[in-house]
Amino acid sequence: MKKRIFAILLSITVISALLVGCGKDNNKAPASGDQTNNEDNKGNEGSDNELKGKKLAVIVKSAGNPYNARQSSGFKEVVEAVGAEVIVKEPESATAEDQIVMINELVAQKVDAIAIAGNDTDALQPALQEAMNKGIKVLSFDSAVNAQSRAVHVNQAGTELIGQSLMEAILDISGGEGQFAILSATSQATNQNAWIEAMQKVMESDDKYSKLELVDIVYGDDEYQKSVDQTQALLSNYPDLKVICAPTTVGIMAAAKVLEDQGVTASVKLTGLGLPSEMGDYIGDGDDKSTPYMYLWNPIDIGRLTGYTAIALVKGEITGAEGETFVAGDLGDYTIVKAEDGGTEIILGPPFQFNPENIDEWKEVY
Amino acid sequence: MDKINLKKLINAREVSLFIVLILFGIFIQLRNPAFGTPKNINNMLINYSTTMVLAIGMMSVLLIGGIDISIGSILAFAGMVSALVIRDNPDTSVFVAIMIAVIVGGLCGLINGLVIAKGGVPPIIATMGSMNILRGLTYLVANNEWVAAYQINEGFKKFAMSKYLSFGLINNLIFIAFVIALVAYCFLKYTRLGRKIYAVGNNAQAAEISGINISRIKILVYTLMGILAGLSGALWVSLYASAQGDMGMGIEMDVIAACVIGGVSLAGGRGSVVGVLLGAITIAMLGNGLPLIGVSQFSLDAIKGAIIVLTVILNVLLQRQKLKNSLRRREI
Repeated sequence: MKKRIFAILLSITVISALLVGCGKDNNKAPASGDQTNNEDNKGNEGSDNELKGKKLAVIVKSAGNPYNARQSSGFKEVVEAVGAEVIVKEPESATAEDQIVMINELVAQKVDAIAIAGNDTDALQPALQEAMNKGIKVLSFDSAVNAQSRAVHVNQAGTELIGQSLMEAILDISGGEGQFAILSATSQATNQNAWIEAMQKVMESDDKYSKLELVDIVYGDDEYQKSVDQTQALLSNYPDLKVICAPTTVGIMAAAKVLEDQGVTASVKLTGLGLPSEMGDYIGDGDDKSTPYMYLWNPIDIGRLTGYTAIALVKGEITGAEGETFVAGDLGDYTIVKAEDGGTEIILGPPFQFNPENIDEWKEVY
Repeated sequence: MDKINLKKLINAREVSLFIVLILFGIFIQLRNPAFGTPKNINNMLINYSTTMVLAIGMMSVLLIGGIDISIGSILAFAGMVSALVIRDNPDTSVFVAIMIAVIVGGLCGLINGLVIAKGGVPPIIATMGSMNILRGLTYLVANNEWVAAYQINEGFKKFAMSKYLSFGLINNLIFIAFVIALVAYCFLKYTRLGRKIYAVGNNAQAAEISGINISRIKILVYTLMGILAGLSGALWVSLYASAQGDMGMGIEMDVIAACVIGGVSLAGGRGSVVGVLLGAITIAMLGNGLPLIGVSQFSLDAIKGAIIVLTVILNVLLQRQKLKNSLRRREI
């Protein structure tokens, strides 16, 4: 009996240890979704002979997220139009390990360029430098890898621009004064943390924000159940709350659902960064809708700008040095600027506002 | 006579857990009066109704000494299939949508059961396999996309917020969770099949000799688990008004924790529906209550882990005491 009790205790301890360990991240077996697009380009009119037979690869953060899928589709559209071959790689979970495996595969396949949305800033450095040593053009987009691991980074919007836009929205929606709270993803999410920091800087920089009070920053781990718990707690703990700002796709969706289900949308409003398709139901001007407007960049355009940048790198039009300029098709002219991390980057533009006027059109897009 | 009964009552696992829960509730209540309001309790039970349904299924699996870690993936796959049907056929009724998820979930569970019972694969390995397979399939059937709120019909979205199943008494999801608990309680306590599940868990060899078809029982419990996971998938989609490929990821850990806190033995043969319900409510109170008193998301996981270990130690100590008592009685 003693043995049995011991065995039970042991197994419970192990399981609970696992529980504590697994609580945060999705420890999933690193299987990889791999979509190689070998379709022959049926004599595309605009083909660029220089790029015939070139292979340009894109590695997104993870599979199963429409936002990532739109990025790769934008990339594909641009690169296929010039007659080059596109390889899209999607790790099943958003880990650096999965991406390293994919980078090594692509190096073995002798691709000409790798565009990657990094799951880790530094962990990919050895693999990416190895690729660059083999003459492969490496660029990052959406989520940057460190300056030594890339030629250039394609930034969806400058961190300051996002902080600025979100604070403007909060100021506008709250009517200039009152309490607001932030519902974020995980505490480790580099993107979200940088935006929140930028928001706080913007708040300090101008007197017009002095009547706003940031009462709390809570983390919903980008999980639905937890985000709902956190939103409900915000409503209970701060009865005078006027605005919730959720700069994360799952968080803003969960918060919108909670606000509308609880019937508090007349007094508490929501804004942040979210997917138009997911938020289509919640964006509106009326007292029954939670979100007057929100922001996001256009992931298709990120993908397209990444595509144009990759092409320019492969053609040798740019090397990724500061001050170089190039034409990104119909997106216009872009200049490579210095990035905060010491490398260089290309900034797509300010985030795009989704409001009751344009949401019906955009919710069909992504 | 009365004394013995009282002692027995206090020794009962469920009662001690209930007392701990009440104390925990009072603790939160003192620090934030918003916790005990009917509105918050209602919100909490709705948000964790899927955890309750899953925990009852998991209990039957644990009772025969098995385990199923694929439930998060079954939930996602069944929920996604159901959501896709709704997206493509906007006039799908609530009942049909739920039945689709239940059937898909049941089939997944049946396959789990067959692999374990007929294939002789250890449950944790078999369900680890199906966990990955089904997660992958969820992404594949959805073509890597989400089903958004505007693509789900009003009826299905309203289902999670209405009370019509109980004629206006309580929320539909809470009602479903409690009905399932009641059915499971009667099934496990008063039917032959239910008693056989306990028998297999207590001593598989003895059960087999006494004529119980063990592999049939195994297939049965994994199928039941699948059905409940499928049902949870539909409830999840209705509650959150959207379906994502990664929904329910990691929920199996919460569910196993609920069972363990509720006194279900991982070695099989021991556990009750009441205990499991209380265990699930513990998980719900942790998730809902701790943010209310300003405990951050980071400490939450650690606290959850500590509470699991503590309750299990308590459980083992109580069990030991009980054994000692019954031995003493035999000596006299």
